[in-house]
Amino acid sequence: MAKVNIKIEGQSYQVEEGLTILEAARECGYEIPTLCAFNHGECSLASCRVCLVEVKGARGLVASCVYPVNEGMEIIISSPKATAARRASVELLLSNHSLNCQQCDKNGHCELLYVAQITGAREGKFQGEKTPITIDQLTPSIVRDTSKCILCGRCVARCVSAHGTGILGFEKRGFNTIVAPAGNRSFGESPCILCGQCVNVCPTGALMEKSEIDRVDEAKKAGKYLVVQTAPAVRAALGEEFGMKIGTPVTGKMVAALRRLGFDKVYDTNFAADLTIMEEATELLGRIKNNGVLPMITSCSPGWVNYAEYYYGDQLDHLSSCKSPHQMQGAIIKSYFAEQKGIDPKNIFVVSIMPCTAKKAEAQRDQFIHDGMTDVDAVLTTRELAKLIKRSGINFVKLPDEEFDQDILGEYTGAGVIFGTTGGVMEAALRTAYYSLTGKEHEAIKFEAVRGMEGIKEADLEINGLNIKVAVASGMKNAKVLMDQIREGKSPYTFIEIMGCPGGCINGGGQPFVKPQFLPNEDLNILDTYKEKRAQALYSEDERQALRQSHNNTQVQELYAKFLGKPNSHKAHELLHTTYKARERFPEK
Amino acid sequence: MAHLSESAVKQIGEIISRYENEKTPLMMILSDIQREYGYIPLDVQEFISDKTGIPVAEIYGVVTFYSFFSLTPKGKYVIGVCLGTACYVKGSQQVIDKFAELLHIQPGQTTEDGLFTLDALRCIGACGIAPALTINGKVYPKVSVADVQKIVEEYKSLGGAN
Amino acid sequence: MIRTEQELVSKIESCKSCLEKKFNGENGKRAIVICGGTGCLSSNAQQIIDNFQKGIVAHGLQDKVTVNKVGCFGFCSQGPFVKIFPEDTLYRGVTPEDVEEIIVKDLENNEIVERLLYVDPQTQEKIQKQDDITFYKKQHRVSLHGCGMINPEDINEALGYGAYEGLKKALTMTPQEVIDEVLKSGLRGRGGGGFPTGRKWQFALNQNSEQKYVVCNGDEGDPGAFMDRSILEGNPLAVIEGMAIAGYAIGAHDGYFYVRAEYPIAVERLRGAIKQATELGLLGENIYGSGFSFHVHIRLGAGAFVCGEETALLNSIEGQRGMPRPRPPFPAVKGLWGKPSIINNVETLACVPYILREGADKFATLGTEKSKGTKVFALGGKVNNVGLVEIPMGTTLRELIYEIGGGIPNGKKFKAIQTGGPSGGCLTEKDLDTPIDYDNLVALGSMMGSGGAIVMDEDNCMVDVAKFYMEFIYDESCGKCSPCRIGTKRILEILNKITDGKGSLEDLDELKELCETVRANSLCGLGQTAANPVLSTMAQFKDEYMAHVVDKTCPAHICKNLMQYVIQKEKCIGCGLCARQCPVGAIHKTDYVAPGKKLPAYEIDQDKCIKCGLCMASCKFGVIIKK
Repeated sequence: MAKVNIKIEGQSYQVEEGLTILEAARECGYEIPTLCAFNHGECSLASCRVCLVEVKGARGLVASCVYPVNEGMEIIISSPKATAARRASVELLLSNHSLNCQQCDKNGHCELLYVAQITGAREGKFQGEKTPITIDQLTPSIVRDTSKCILCGRCVARCVSAHGTGILGFEKRGFNTIVAPAGNRSFGESPCILCGQCVNVCPTGALMEKSEIDRVDEAKKAGKYLVVQTAPAVRAALGEEFGMKIGTPVTGKMVAALRRLGFDKVYDTNFAADLTIMEEATELLGRIKNNGVLPMITSCSPGWVNYAEYYYGDQLDHLSSCKSPHQMQGAIIKSYFAEQKGIDPKNIFVVSIMPCTAKKAEAQRDQFIHDGMTDVDAVLTTRELAKLIKRSGINFVKLPDEEFDQDILGEYTGAGVIFGTTGGVMEAALRTAYYSLTGKEHEAIKFEAVRGMEGIKEADLEINGLNIKVAVASGMKNAKVLMDQIREGKSPYTFIEIMGCPGGCINGGGQPFVKPQFLPNEDLNILDTYKEKRAQALYSEDERQALRQSHNNTQVQELYAKFLGKPNSHKAHELLHTTYKARERFPEK
Repeated sequence: MAHLSESAVKQIGEIISRYENEKTPLMMILSDIQREYGYIPLDVQEFISDKTGIPVAEIYGVVTFYSFFSLTPKGKYVIGVCLGTACYVKGSQQVIDKFAELLHIQPGQTTEDGLFTLDALRCIGACGIAPALTINGKVYPKVSVADVQKIVEEYKSLGGAN
Repeated sequence: MIRTEQELVSKIESCKSCLEKKFNGENGKRAIVICGGTGCLSSNAQQIIDNFQKGIVAHGLQDKVTVNKVGCFGFCSQGPFVKIFPEDTLYRGVTPEDVEEIIVKDLENNEIVERLLYVDPQTQEKIQKQDDITFYKKQHRVSLHGCGMINPEDINEALGYGAYEGLKKALTMTPQEVIDEVLKSGLRGRGGGGFPTGRKWQFALNQNSEQKYVVCNGDEGDPGAFMDRSILEGNPLAVIEGMAIAGYAIGAHDGYFYVRAEYPIAVERLRGAIKQATELGLLGENIYGSGFSFHVHIRLGAGAFVCGEETALLNSIEGQRGMPRPRPPFPAVKGLWGKPSIINNVETLACVPYILREGADKFATLGTEKSKGTKVFALGGKVNNVGLVEIPMGTTLRELIYEIGGGIPNGKKFKAIQTGGPSGGCLTEKDLDTPIDYDNLVALGSMMGSGGAIVMDEDNCMVDVAKFYMEFIYDESCGKCSPCRIGTKRILEILNKITDGKGSLEDLDELKELCETVRANSLCGLGQTAANPVLSTMAQFKDEYMAHVVDKTCPAHICKNLMQYVIQKEKCIGCGLCARQCPVGAIHKTDYVAPGKKLPAYEIDQDKCIKCGLCMASCKFGVIIKK
């Protein structure tokens, strides 16, 4: 790459040609305040006008997020003109913003408040009428509050880049512009899969998960028996909320924190991940043997299930009938566990800590309500757990490492851990399928071909004379490619893993925000690398496990022996399997 | 989409197929639908989305960006009063106010009987004959407040809301 | 189908002689020419045409007279126009009922219908020929070439009137030579900023790309400007030719017209011209065997002013919301569908055939040092002669308003002329002798813009004018960038406060600060210039702002909350007409009978008055005034 010579604040630098001023300045150790700019232009480019700087010889101020550096360019960030202009842009945004910062769930992560502070924006400098407000809290997953939207367009871009569905778009014009699903409908009245990717990129409180912390508090107050389970991806990211570097696994501290939060049992959803593999592998082999519908597709990800129901209602028989792991675990807690422990299941309150916003809606699906009882009673995101920990005065970093409760639902294998990243379910399934078909363990354990962050991965395997072609996709844009093949009858695959969020659960919509300006100790390119880092945290935990194949989980074996019988038994079907239903995309209101 | 009638599906499908060979035909499709179908409701947008692969929210964003596109049916007679500079300084605001008063609707709205839609237009380039208005494309020059009643009566007598 | 240059030359020759014969009557026929522009068509021009056609048959004149529809004459306030060749007699304000008289008197008896001639308002003299009317005297037609002369729906007339001579010449040159010629002419963009056209083309030529595009910006949206519409309606082939020359110069084979949907006649004629040219082999593959191919496409706008901004226009063609793109990259590098593209407005492209046909030197003899050629203005507002005028750059505002425009009506006093539409500013008495060109207007705090020129007299409130433009921009802001989206709203709110009589001196400071923020911080030209009308009126008419803010009065009696309608009791004869007209019953009889009057006077209850002005309009004795 060619280099160019530039000056910033009078200092000479050499930077790569083609960088924007904003990127070049970052390389040189300057942080120009900005709001809309995100991840290589994944936004409404140059719209917020906060990153204005002076460039010698230019006609006016330039937006550093789009203006490329060129040879001999002299950039002045601190000029009075630029400083005042940046402040004024923020002040104008604030004049059209609902300023209830204390109550705002984004407080602490709000980029608007941050640039307001660093640009010195004066409160109430400009005042006047505000754009008409919509607050959508119809779904259990996501709250959209347009009074806090700054129209940066990150969510719009993310929804397209992740899923191609483009649920969110700009609507109307000028001062009345809002970002909304078509017709300013609720997410619940649009084919939104509730994945929460939009929440992850939103700089303000305009998009947030719907908090269920209150419900946990109420259950506690009511004296319920509180059982918590944590998804694998949570441990790979929770530490970030407490200033730890991205990719630091914090399983032990997380367990310690949950105990201190008063949960009676702290379990790992990985137990149910192992259970899922037993059920799913059996289902798959059954379909192969009985000429059932193939390819079979995983059903762990509620975002993906939503997508399938909205867009591929005619192909739902390809989905595995297995519930997602935390739903299985909830069902087992309220049956097997309750029976074993002698607790009335109606008195048990199951909380799932998930990296996911779609899980909140999943837990309330009709299919998961039996006798007026849900498998899972509340779903908290990784971010909500961090809030709970902070609220309770727990110094997370100083916590000792503790172990999950090891009684009947405590054991888990490395196979369960890697469920949290794209390809993980597939790899776990392959480990067990290999054993089922050959009677021995796959020596390398790893299946490299299904690892990594590419949107679609595929592998050709020959296990004991049986040819299995598998594919792994994350992000619905990629899922669509595989689903269209299926619809056209051209799919070459036997088994497909699909995860809603790009990269899988480690990048779920409930995970800690990755905002470079709040992460001074991370690399500048952290937005390009955080998914791998979190995935690595899971793969390393897998490697540390003594047991690495789901079928070797002794407590799962015990569960079958004592309670379920065998995989796909009648009882297993009743508790661990589910059904799907095509859904209308824009139902009449 | 389930709500679209068979004839609508056919009509709109035909419009979309006109532009099969065009790059980025959305504006052309929407213009034709607006002109021939009369308006572009959400279920029509969903149908366009299915046929073109453009997300519904994006289509909705385009429809609501341009003032020519309408989400609801327009009246049989669309009265557009020019509020461009030349017309404004010659009193077109009073003209549109008079229409609003007589028709009991605000600019942008359609009368309950579906007969009239009142629109405020930006300059229609008829400044030489200001203040001007158009009704279904026909330009009326040098309109005064006193003419408004007569114009409304004229179209009312033509009637025929459908 | 024309297959060689030779065939083109002979086609042009035959069209030319045909047209000449028509104008000078050598074909033994007189030609009736009727304006078919939007303005005249809305004043029953089509009926006039039909009446002529029927009448001529009825009078058995069909072998002696032809009826021709042509483009805009420009003098819209005097239309509809009927012109008769070879005598070159011009009738104005013609109605369908007048047709019979014209046929009987003029066509049958060679007697001029005096009452339909133009009357010079100064001398009261009746004028028979167009060129002798002051409105036309100072004009010089370059981009309006052919408008009002040829039938825009017949390609043969265009070809007989110079069309394709420019392209024919261009195709004998190298693309670089064509660009050099345009550079030499000094042509600058007529749509707003005045960027040198040749330089724009040069950037695009320098790009190495198989696919490039020429885009014609016909999204004329400045309120008060309609020159692009008239050109497209009057001589569409000229713009097509200009586009083809541009295509040849930069290496593009596709051209896109983006035209406002509000201009149905322009679009129809453009479509017709494209069809006829394609059928003749003058567009499409291998134009008249020259080896150069050029295809022309039409895209319609859908009602968004911002799409006149070139990058917003590109987004609109690409089926997106018309939200501007950041620059760089400039369209010449990365434009339509990511390919190098030039965007020129209609009037600019209409100048191009002239430059090639007549030579850059001839073009450059017109105008000032840095602004060459002519500019079309849409003269409107409080001026006697309203219409389109094409004048050489360097003409003064005084000439424009008082000579061409015929001065201010009703003996009122000139206050300001607003140029550049919502992006421009106001010029006052002291600026009237400034020669009009791009740089002078900018230096005076306004701009050329697309050529709207609205004259204001003493009855216009300049705060209200500023508010009008700000309302327009607020309505048309795309909403993408925050300074324009929110800033224009805040500016408008303060202006409303001021015109409502609730403004303070601090509001004026705040207003200025906001305006400067919107100017400095906005993404595109629309936002960057949005505050100009406010800043300009604040600078030129500080006293009017102060009157609103400090004295709580509107000197022009325009701002409703700061004015009253008053019946001058001592003059009121008590007829009660005003009271009957009042829609809200705010006018009632008093006990007072003015001296010498028989009936009691009326008065207006200011609490009830909605200030509609109907009473003032209805009073036959001028007793009701604004205060």
